[in-house]
Amino acid sequence: MASELTRKTATELAAAVSGGEVSAAEVTQAHLDRIAEVDGRVKAFLHVSADNALAAARAVDDKRARGEELGPLAGVPVAVKDLFATVGMPTTCGSKILQGWVPPYESTVTARLRQADGVIIGKTNMDEFAMGSSTENSGYGPSRNPWDLAKVPGGSSGGSAAAVAAHLAALSLGTDTGGSIRQPAAVCGVVGTKPTYGGSSRYGVVAFASSLDTPGPFGRTVLDTALLHQVMSGHDPMDATSIDAPVPPVVEAARHGDVAGMRIGIVSEFAGDGYQPGVMSRFAEAVELLEALGAKVTEVSCPHFTYALPAYYLIAPSEASSNLARFDGMRYGLRSGSGSAEEVMAVTRAAGFGPEVKRRIMLGAYALSSGYYDAYYGKAQQVRTLIIRDFEAAFEQVDVLISPPTPTTAFDIGERADDPMAMYLADLCTIPSNLAGNAALSVPIGLAPENGLPVGLHVMAPPLADDRLYRVAAAVEAAYQSRWGHPLLDEAKGL
Amino acid sequence: MSITRDEVAHLARLSRLALSDEELDHLAPQLNQIISAVAQVQEVAAEGIPPTSHATGLANVFRDDEPVPCLTPEQALSGAPAVEMQRFKVPRILVEEG
Amino acid sequence: MTTVSVTYEEALTRYEPVFGLETHVELGTRTKMFCGCLTTFGGEPNSQVCPVCLGLPGSLPVMNRIAIEYTIKIGLALNCSIASWCRFARKNYFYPDMPKNFQISQYDEPLCLDGYLDVSVNGQTVRVGIERVHLEEDTGKSLHIGGATGRIQGAEYSLVDYNRAGIPLVEIVTKPVPGTGSLAPEVARAYVTELRDVLRSLGVSDVRMEEGSLRCDVNTSLSPLGSGAWGTRTETKNVNSLRSVERAVHSEIERQAAVLDEGGRVIQETRHFHEESGETTSGRSKEEAQDYRYFPEPDLVPVAPDAAWVDAIRTSLPELPSARRARLIAAWSLSDLEFESMRNGGALDVVEATVVAGASPRDAQKWWMGELARRANDSGVEVSALPITPADVARVSALVSAGTLNDRLAREVLDGVLAGEGTPDQVVEKRGLAVVSDDSALLAAIDEAITANPEVAEKVRSGKVAASGVIVGAVVRATRGQADAARVRELVLERLS
Repeated sequence: MASELTRKTATELAAAVSGGEVSAAEVTQAHLDRIAEVDGRVKAFLHVSADNALAAARAVDDKRARGEELGPLAGVPVAVKDLFATVGMPTTCGSKILQGWVPPYESTVTARLRQADGVIIGKTNMDEFAMGSSTENSGYGPSRNPWDLAKVPGGSSGGSAAAVAAHLAALSLGTDTGGSIRQPAAVCGVVGTKPTYGGSSRYGVVAFASSLDTPGPFGRTVLDTALLHQVMSGHDPMDATSIDAPVPPVVEAARHGDVAGMRIGIVSEFAGDGYQPGVMSRFAEAVELLEALGAKVTEVSCPHFTYALPAYYLIAPSEASSNLARFDGMRYGLRSGSGSAEEVMAVTRAAGFGPEVKRRIMLGAYALSSGYYDAYYGKAQQVRTLIIRDFEAAFEQVDVLISPPTPTTAFDIGERADDPMAMYLADLCTIPSNLAGNAALSVPIGLAPENGLPVGLHVMAPPLADDRLYRVAAAVEAAYQSRWGHPLLDEAKGL
Repeated sequence: MSITRDEVAHLARLSRLALSDEELDHLAPQLNQIISAVAQVQEVAAEGIPPTSHATGLANVFRDDEPVPCLTPEQALSGAPAVEMQRFKVPRILVEEG
Repeated sequence: MTTVSVTYEEALTRYEPVFGLETHVELGTRTKMFCGCLTTFGGEPNSQVCPVCLGLPGSLPVMNRIAIEYTIKIGLALNCSIASWCRFARKNYFYPDMPKNFQISQYDEPLCLDGYLDVSVNGQTVRVGIERVHLEEDTGKSLHIGGATGRIQGAEYSLVDYNRAGIPLVEIVTKPVPGTGSLAPEVARAYVTELRDVLRSLGVSDVRMEEGSLRCDVNTSLSPLGSGAWGTRTETKNVNSLRSVERAVHSEIERQAAVLDEGGRVIQETRHFHEESGETTSGRSKEEAQDYRYFPEPDLVPVAPDAAWVDAIRTSLPELPSARRARLIAAWSLSDLEFESMRNGGALDVVEATVVAGASPRDAQKWWMGELARRANDSGVEVSALPITPADVARVSALVSAGTLNDRLAREVLDGVLAGEGTPDQVVEKRGLAVVSDDSALLAAIDEAITANPEVAEKVRSGKVAASGVIVGAVVRATRGQADAARVRELVLERLS
């Protein structure tokens, strides 16, 4: 019974809890048991609060007992990336510099999740301050891919992707700054969405790169992912960059997957050297499938996408160098060293930040320095405009764009650890949507024949057209499910 | 485009990072590699192209001048490494502001 | 260090001073620039803070609409053009009183640009150019513990209170002001005075220099007379009273002249002003030049005030001090000096309100600038803070004009009002203070006085009119001053004729 509960989708669990077939406490306990059983190997979580989670679950059960109607996430266990501020739970961002910090306030997104009667089951591991593509940059050790424990789960939201893939939570929250939801979703064989920038609030989400960071959902199914997307989204007056517009009808779209007559563009720049054969063969198959389902697929060139990666590695570190200045040991978190405030700050930061964070802080300081600003940061901002224009031109011809989400399947732990440039390539295909602020998602399309690891399909839509992603993904998911006869995750052999 | 070890040391000071010599030795070539890669943006013809600092296109997002509850001093100071007289206690400050 | 010293007068025979001012003004919004915490002065430490102004990880700023409006108001009052589109930037530097280790400020895109403010010194008008007016956030405040004098130097540690962090701060930067010669210190002071009055009339700040809601940095440079080239400037920080503004320019002129006379070079640096000595000393110079790495604040969206908004703000502007000055000088036939003394005494508003309440301008001035100014001075408050209203003063003035009160009684009535005994009419009644104008009441007192002074009465009867003073005096004493002495004299002479 208990293990069956962890195999259910969020949609099923919410219905069962709302209908009184199972209590939220039972659902939560089942997931806590599963975590106790396997997370020692996966290491998806940095912090699991059984007491908090069970108390939240019981509150949901009490609410039902009082005859009140439950929210859309009734009793659904949700894993939360450890950079959402949560009252009563530590928020470390995977960094030693924030070890033990418990925020005195709650992020908008987690508050909405609680209001929807979701149960936060724990905080998940991540690359330190969301900088990375493997969770190896976590100050607390890497998470592992449930498909193969020797492989990375992707990153930076690797813990959240792994938690859902390993059935430790029905849903999870991540953030996507350059691909940090879509790439781990792809390599863990789950669904992950980067909503339109401004569609989900950043209030209470510890910033990496403010103009790019986008909170988003993970789920094992397209519908589950849409459900969390719906709950977490919407205007927030506490975030000045939040868009005051209705949430696109993502759940509706996820229930009615259909690509008949849809114009779909393949980004021609994202193919060739560096793309793993199995990733490309699955992608080609997906294109055939989409055509078979009635979509009109063409190739579209977005010439400036080639420059997205270098532009991103100027813009994101620049913003990060400033965003991370506040971690100085004066007001919260680690304080290290002795002597003057200046010395303590410098020693604390040197001790508290890992190597990738230091690299990016210094790269950002360099790009913003007087004398270099125009050549680096300024130029990157112009490239950003050109990428937006490429998207605009493309979306005049097609409804959505597709590409592989990442050039390879999950790689070995340690393989790229001290080779920043190799690591950065994991985000090659996902970065343009962050620079343009539009919506994109990754949905599983099978396993790479050469290694049996998951491959995803990356779908990109114009800003505020997030629902299109789900129409495509739901159609793709339904077609593959009927072909496979079971969920892809049933084939995961890591655990 | 290359960056000297001295420049890397300067960036570390600017970023308030007390890096050891070993760290600087390790970081300098990595930063060099990254900087020469990101310098590709300079190839792009962008004459007359306006910069984008934000993709939303929003403007004039304000709040009303209405008070909202603050944190209590206890909450505000809850994460502080050191507290005295209901204030954040920090080591002596060498450089005057400005 | 220089060894020679140069007097101010000598300095000006060889050098032309140029000064400029950067004035920081805390806006009087109810809440902070980017969050809903109160801005009230003097709260318990760290009681007016939230995740945003404490810079907690994950918090985000949202602009206070009124702070933007106030800044536009200031820009319009200073004849600036208002940007149609501008952004906030981050100014990055590490400092413990700055919660995020960057300050949200405006860099190359200020809200208001290129204006001026006319100030008058000794009847001469000087136009001070305004370079820019921009908005930023204030920092927290540190207490330095363990040093000799609570100063940062030598302190063992510091204690930081972030209540002030995030209060909207407007920075008003002048263009360099050349050509004022020996008047430079006075012009600098007059500019800050005029600016303070403008800000006060706009209602955008309480402009209390003693509480730090208006703070000045003074830039000064010297160039050899007739050289045409401008010298290297120094920036004197924390000049926090009107008098200090004047003294800071004065002392920098002397100091720089001594350096130049010796053949030395003025170093571009930050200097600190010392209230006690009136002198400046060099600030600790930084090992490396500051590089603030400004870039557009990515957590905020641009400010794009449209013409309708700016026009609405323009329409709402109150009468500015310069216009008021011109109007009052004309309407009340004032000299410049009379106007200045009323303005400097902080009495303009109450005098004008008293005139509006019916008093003549002369009478209103007489009471507020004379008797009431003296009382205010005695109790160490602003005249406008006395517990008496302009309507009360107008009523007293009316009672004097009607002959009900003489000046001495009027002063007693003011006493009563100030002591909280009620309105002037109530005080007159309670204290029984009206001038006795009833002849029959007076005649009884006069008869009594004549009976009591038979020899004097005889002298008067015999033509020595001057002797009547004794009897008049006795009557006035007997009526406890409420008799009108002139009338008493008339009646005494009638009686004894």
